[in-house]
Amino acid sequence: MVEVRLENLKKYFGNGKVKAVDGIDLTIKDGEFLVLLGPSGCGKTTTLRMIAGLESPTGGKIWFGDKDVTYFSPKDRNISMVFQSYAVWPHMTVYDNIAFPLKIKKHPRDEIDKKVKWAAGMLQIGNLLDRYPAQLSGGQRQRVAVARAIVVEPAVLLMDEPLSNLDAKLRVAMRAEIKKLQTKLKVTTIYVTHDQVEAMTMGDRIAVMNKGKLLQVGPPTEVYLKPNSIFVGTFIGAPEMNLLEVSIKEKENGLVLEGTGLEITLPEEFRELLERYINKSVIFGIRPEHMTIEGVSTLEHVKRAREIEGTVDFIEALGTDTIVHARVGEGNLIKIKLPGHIPLEIGSKVKIVVDLDNIHIFDKTTENAVI
Amino acid sequence: MNEETKFILKKLVFYAFIFTVVAWIVIPIIISTLYGFALPKDYYDPKKILPTSFTIKYVKTLLITLGALDGIKNSIIVALITIAISFALGIPAGYAVAKFIFPGKDTIKLSIVALRMFPIPVMAIPLVILYIRLHLIDTLLGVALAHTAMSLPFVVLITSSIFAGVSKELEEAAMVFGLTRLGSFFKITLPLALPGLAAAAMFTFVMSWNEVFVASILTLAHRTLPAQILSIMAGASGGAAPDYYKFAAAFIMILPAITFIFFARKYLVTMWGITLK
Amino acid sequence: MKVKSSYIPYFLILPAFAYLLFFVGYPLVQALYTAFTQNGHFSLATVRKTFTDPYFWDALKYTISLAGVIVPTQVALAIILALGVNRVFKGKDFTIYALTIPLTISDVAAGLIWYSMLSPSGFLNKLLLNIGLINNPIYFFGYQYRHMEFLAIVLAELWRATSIVFVIILAGLQMISHEYLEAAEVFGADYWTRLRKIVIPLLKPSIQSALIIRTLFAMQIFGIVWILAGRDIPILAGEGFYRLTELKEYDVASIYALVIAGLSIILGALYIKFMKAEYLEVRG
Ligand SMILES: Nc1ncnc2c1ncn2[C@@H]1O[C@H](COP(=O)(O)OP(=O)(O)OP(=O)(O)O)[C@@H](O)[C@H]1O
Ligand SMILES: [Mg+2]
Repeated sequence: MVEVRLENLKKYFGNGKVKAVDGIDLTIKDGEFLVLLGPSGCGKTTTLRMIAGLESPTGGKIWFGDKDVTYFSPKDRNISMVFQSYAVWPHMTVYDNIAFPLKIKKHPRDEIDKKVKWAAGMLQIGNLLDRYPAQLSGGQRQRVAVARAIVVEPAVLLMDEPLSNLDAKLRVAMRAEIKKLQTKLKVTTIYVTHDQVEAMTMGDRIAVMNKGKLLQVGPPTEVYLKPNSIFVGTFIGAPEMNLLEVSIKEKENGLVLEGTGLEITLPEEFRELLERYINKSVIFGIRPEHMTIEGVSTLEHVKRAREIEGTVDFIEALGTDTIVHARVGEGNLIKIKLPGHIPLEIGSKVKIVVDLDNIHIFDKTTENAVI
Repeated sequence: MNEETKFILKKLVFYAFIFTVVAWIVIPIIISTLYGFALPKDYYDPKKILPTSFTIKYVKTLLITLGALDGIKNSIIVALITIAISFALGIPAGYAVAKFIFPGKDTIKLSIVALRMFPIPVMAIPLVILYIRLHLIDTLLGVALAHTAMSLPFVVLITSSIFAGVSKELEEAAMVFGLTRLGSFFKITLPLALPGLAAAAMFTFVMSWNEVFVASILTLAHRTLPAQILSIMAGASGGAAPDYYKFAAAFIMILPAITFIFFARKYLVTMWGITLK
Repeated sequence: MKVKSSYIPYFLILPAFAYLLFFVGYPLVQALYTAFTQNGHFSLATVRKTFTDPYFWDALKYTISLAGVIVPTQVALAIILALGVNRVFKGKDFTIYALTIPLTISDVAAGLIWYSMLSPSGFLNKLLLNIGLINNPIYFFGYQYRHMEFLAIVLAELWRATSIVFVIILAGLQMISHEYLEAAEVFGADYWTRLRKIVIPLLKPSIQSALIIRTLFAMQIFGIVWILAGRDIPILAGEGFYRLTELKEYDVASIYALVIAGLSIILGALYIKFMKAEYLEVRG
């Protein structure tokens, strides 16, 4: 319902000692579902609180459409929020908690009743309406907080890890419900999470933060397939991306990645990007799911592949997948994720197939992606 | 009016409010202290709002000739005995309430809370008969015993909340390393609880120091400071003292209290807020 | 550690509990005996003597009306003060310190301090005379100015004992998580709505205990009245004191003690019955 624009947004605590948010530029499009992703303490909550008006920025501006709301008080912003610690009022019943935003906005009684019951039903807490928060479990309280936030139709919806305390099954269901609702209402949403799957499945775009800075913003697949830095590459995806220190060498058949125990010839089109790294070390990154083992399974849609040799060191059987830990050369351990149950013997020699279109090369000093 | 003037105006109103509040508390103290040292001619001069010439004559007379010094000594003795007895009885009880589960615990706790509200000072009236019989009448110990009854429920509640705050892991760790329950209490719990206990002691001290009804009823010759001041000052029970003696008396009474609160101010809000709940 | 143990806790509690029971129980029994017997026989003579004394009814009336004026004003004042102070501002520590000073000042001293403010040659009169607001001093003291004496007592008691209420309410206020208020703000509640819907309800337990403590202590009001008004304004504790120390009427004095105790018990029970905070009861 409104575009949210953050302009060089900053928040320092303790006289500048803690740079919780350190200059963020970000535009969340009207009706977009943006997922804010990042490690603990990176400034997600602080960013959200500034957008809500609960924290006044140290610097920068916040725009809602063409209105500068930087110094608006929260009540004048037409927002709604799920707090990380729920902030469900202990002296009100579940019903009164959910009804509160509607009562403030002076909705008629029967409409309030209808909406409260609808929201409670959606979050499967319809049978708890008469209870006080002290009589609820953590997960139930969290759902009250979510119900309270969605019961109004705000211009901007802010959610700070709204599903963190739910069991896996409930989380899947709620994920779908929230996404459906957001698509229907087209409310501009900023959603903080630690959960990769949530980020990948719910977000129109993902914004990855670290140490108060924005590292990459883009659609989930782009952030996943084309991470712009080692941090983003390893933060998204599980098991995390394999990283090996290698050097780039000029050989008769073109550029080659050379490390202990591996040698990968690169296609000619990479030359331009890698020219200045010839005879230098770089970080080579490859996701476990972008490799396979010859004779065991095949990678679909792979156009170009290279093979390296390894020894099976350890097998993690996850049921649906198998993670093979393989030793490549001296001391390099890489993980390969294969679908299904893979019977491999520890110590056996294997040929590892690398999908050339999904390799990553990072600058060793800046840690930014080259490819 | 733009946002900025509005903001400044709001701030101005707020500080005016704070200033009024502080003035309301502080001015009477300053005035009575000034008057306590003023010469009567200044006090009775309708043109002089504030006195300009001072004397320590009345404070001195009050302290020495009228025996306020003895009153102070008696007050301190009574307060110390009160602290000693109410701690000796209250600490074990507070510890039990904080650290044990036993049948009837809630009832006991509730009755202690209720006893705190009971008008124990007034009950000194029927106590007189017993005190006469036991020769406790007009003794400092007698006053201290009654003051203990007043402060004991508070001490039990304060100490139990202090002990509840000392983590059980620390005590368990001490027991794992071979201390007995009693040993771990003296070596671990008590030192950790010490600051809180100090605050409780101050609380008890102030309560006893300020108490006047019990002290006035149970003593005649051995009076605590408030009882003595009351008997000198109050119109109903004897000739009223001249005004300037009243102000000198006020000064003598509040000085220790204000000094005390200055040193204890850090704990005050949390401590007394919890205690009086 | 919570230990289940058969006798140790009782052993630890018993001395304190017995002491309290004795100092409450013995005087109660003694008071009842003194009040209702004469020469070892049951008698209502003392009760009749007390209840036909106009001073008794005056004392009851003044004790209750003083409490009725002072306690609600104190609570309202303390809430305003606590709300005002509970934010970040320059001089916060000093303000709280100043507001808590009267905590340690006895009622006798408070009476004397306010006498210096209100006496005919006191600060207030001289100030008003000198700026020309009045031509003759306002008389606060003396039997013929009983209404003014009442006012003086109210002023002094507000000054002295609002601190306790303030401290209780400030402590309660500080325990309210900021997020509760922030959440209300996010959902569009303005300051007054937040106060009405969030702060005051969450403060209810603190307000309740402040009310109980202040009301029950107000039933025993003594020193401040004795200093400022003597028996011009009779009060229950004062009459009991007078009967005992001046007239040596143990029996009548005992009835005053019993009346104060009875009032305290009834008021305490009423408060507990009518002021439950429901959301606190259901826990556990
Ligand atoms: N009020 C505050 N005062 C001082 N430092 C603060 C304050 N609030 C947050 N911080 C600091 O700012 C940084 C960012 O905190 P923030 O709560 O935004 O992290 P987050 O990304 O939400 O983390 P999490 O995922 O654990 O919730 C942290 O280092 C935190 O310690
Ligand atoms: Mg957070």
